[in-house]
Amino acid sequence: MTGESLLFGLSGVLTSSAPILFGVIGETISERAGVINLSMNGTILLTAMGSFAVSIATGSLGLGFLAGAAIGAIVALVVAFASITLKQSQVAVGFVLALLCRDLAYFLGNPIMGMNGPRLNLAPIPGLANIPVLGTLFFRHDLMTYLSFLLIIFSWFYMEKTKPGIMLKGLGENPRAAYVRGANVGRLRYVYTMLGGAIAGLAGPIYSLSVKAGWKGTISGLDGIGWIVLSITIFGGWTPFRAAVGAYFFSLLQWLGLVLQPLLPNVPSQVLQVAPFPLMILTLLLVNISSAEWVERSLSRLPESVRRDVARVLMAMNATPPAALGVPFDKDA
Amino acid sequence: MRDSKTTRILFGAGSVILALALTSAIVAATGNDPFLAYKNILQGALGSPNVAGNVVVSWVPLLLATSGLLFTFTVGLWNIGIEGQITLGAIFSVWAMRGLENSAVAPGLIIAISIIAGIAGGMLWALLAGALKTFGGVNEIFGGLGLNFVATALNLWLIFGPWKRPGVASMSGTLPFDPKLWMPTLSAQSRLAPIPLILAILTIVIAFVLLKGTYFGLRLKAVGKNAKSAYLLGIPTWQHMMLSFAICGAFAGLAGAVQVTSVYHRLIPSISSGYGYTGLMVAMLVNYSPVFAAPVALFFAALNVGSIQLPIVLKLDSSLAGVIQGFLVLFVLIGNGARIKLLKKKEGRS
Repeated sequence: MTGESLLFGLSGVLTSSAPILFGVIGETISERAGVINLSMNGTILLTAMGSFAVSIATGSLGLGFLAGAAIGAIVALVVAFASITLKQSQVAVGFVLALLCRDLAYFLGNPIMGMNGPRLNLAPIPGLANIPVLGTLFFRHDLMTYLSFLLIIFSWFYMEKTKPGIMLKGLGENPRAAYVRGANVGRLRYVYTMLGGAIAGLAGPIYSLSVKAGWKGTISGLDGIGWIVLSITIFGGWTPFRAAVGAYFFSLLQWLGLVLQPLLPNVPSQVLQVAPFPLMILTLLLVNISSAEWVERSLSRLPESVRRDVARVLMAMNATPPAALGVPFDKDA
Repeated sequence: MRDSKTTRILFGAGSVILALALTSAIVAATGNDPFLAYKNILQGALGSPNVAGNVVVSWVPLLLATSGLLFTFTVGLWNIGIEGQITLGAIFSVWAMRGLENSAVAPGLIIAISIIAGIAGGMLWALLAGALKTFGGVNEIFGGLGLNFVATALNLWLIFGPWKRPGVASMSGTLPFDPKLWMPTLSAQSRLAPIPLILAILTIVIAFVLLKGTYFGLRLKAVGKNAKSAYLLGIPTWQHMMLSFAICGAFAGLAGAVQVTSVYHRLIPSISSGYGYTGLMVAMLVNYSPVFAAPVALFFAALNVGSIQLPIVLKLDSSLAGVIQGFLVLFVLIGNGARIKLLKKKEGRS
């Protein structure tokens, strides 16, 4: 492989990570506030179809993206209403929506299947795009890929450096303390679930209006991505930077699968495309294993010098979910 | 207003009506007549003895999956990995079949061994999800989802790799088995095989008896309601979780083996056909009760089979069945929540 095609390949990895990043950061915001939005797989399919339909009907890409965000927020609103107001299981409602929105996307998208629609153009940044190596890698993308870079930085800044961001983490970590400090826990959870849903809802249009332009029904190749998004959210330990690492790592593996295909003629292409998933489980295991009881017990039996190193490695990989994730808040309880 | 049977029935009926109204509105919004669509689904499910037989053929794996899920739900687990467990059941079943098809073993015995292999495969995959949860701290939803993808990858690899058809491998699956290794059906034309049907009915009876009538069922329930208290009361918690995983996986594996031995007679890429996810929906809709699981699963199977011809007759996508099912479960969940909330409000006032 030449250096140039390697560079284009890596640049493509950044582009194909953009929708996953929007999904993962949206989900991270929602889960940080204490609400699991398990509908992600349906949300991404429905927003992909809906935004494509709106762009065809109006001829406007902007309205298409807006429709995606709106649909994502509405689906999240259903999760919030059923779980916060009606105290139903978040997992149950989210799972139903994951299937329902997928089927709605296929049903409503039937008439626009295979149609030609508008597509987001590349927007190389003048000047910067001509820098050798870095220009190709970072500055020859479309608008949404640039926004995906900014999204990582902004969401990190908001959560770590601003007052409302710290309150956001309090909602999922210790809602009682947030309530005592004057936060309206229920209302704020609504807001962040819907905000997270809207951000994740942009993942759909990024596919249908850019990365995998168009709507092809069940062969769009989008079914399953939402479940990946949920796994990467955990891998990311509910922090934007680590989530970004997970998203890029996943896209890199998928790209490697394509690149390695000609070198491994005996391995069917369908297998290489799903190769990242087993690795995903392995990472989930590594991320979680230090909290298992038997690990702690066997660690304590190791000699001091070894134990410290092993514990340090495990702690570095460890990710603890927000303490009140999925737990309804009742101020009178 | 009290939480009487009448209130429950009223809220249940209201949820169903809302779900149907919204589905109808969506069909109408696409410029189609919703009643024509329903009529088509009904005809597609009951229009002839042949299609009605197909409904029962589709009911069998769905009922098997639902019966298994009742155990994991009772113990408080979300076994979303059931799709992979069905797939592994099918893979193991084909594996046994391939190993024995050219041997001198009697065909009936080969089919039986193949079914048992399928049960073992599903159980193995479920125990893997259970071990990830118990010993690795991986939430069963995410471990299960990951294992579903791995099962799909394994399935595709076998179809396109070691088990591919002579000549060109294709999405149509592996080479079908000799008809003497097919599970016997009611008649030459029918696809309905009585043995799997009896097995499926047996599993829901087992679920009913174990969950409703034994201390084992009571212990599962205790763990599901409050694992910590159950543990303090001396119930071995994780062992009960693993056991429910094993039972659910066994039933799911049986579903996969039934798909192989009596429906497809080979391995195909989408061998689990979404029965696991539909089973989760059925279990949620009946509020995890073994009494209503069988009729609701039959209704869902009828919707799925009935909608198959929608694309041909009305140019509507067959996912309409999933839309109806999804709205039903969603509105029943919302209706439950609303009923409890209203009751609490009334209590507060009186």
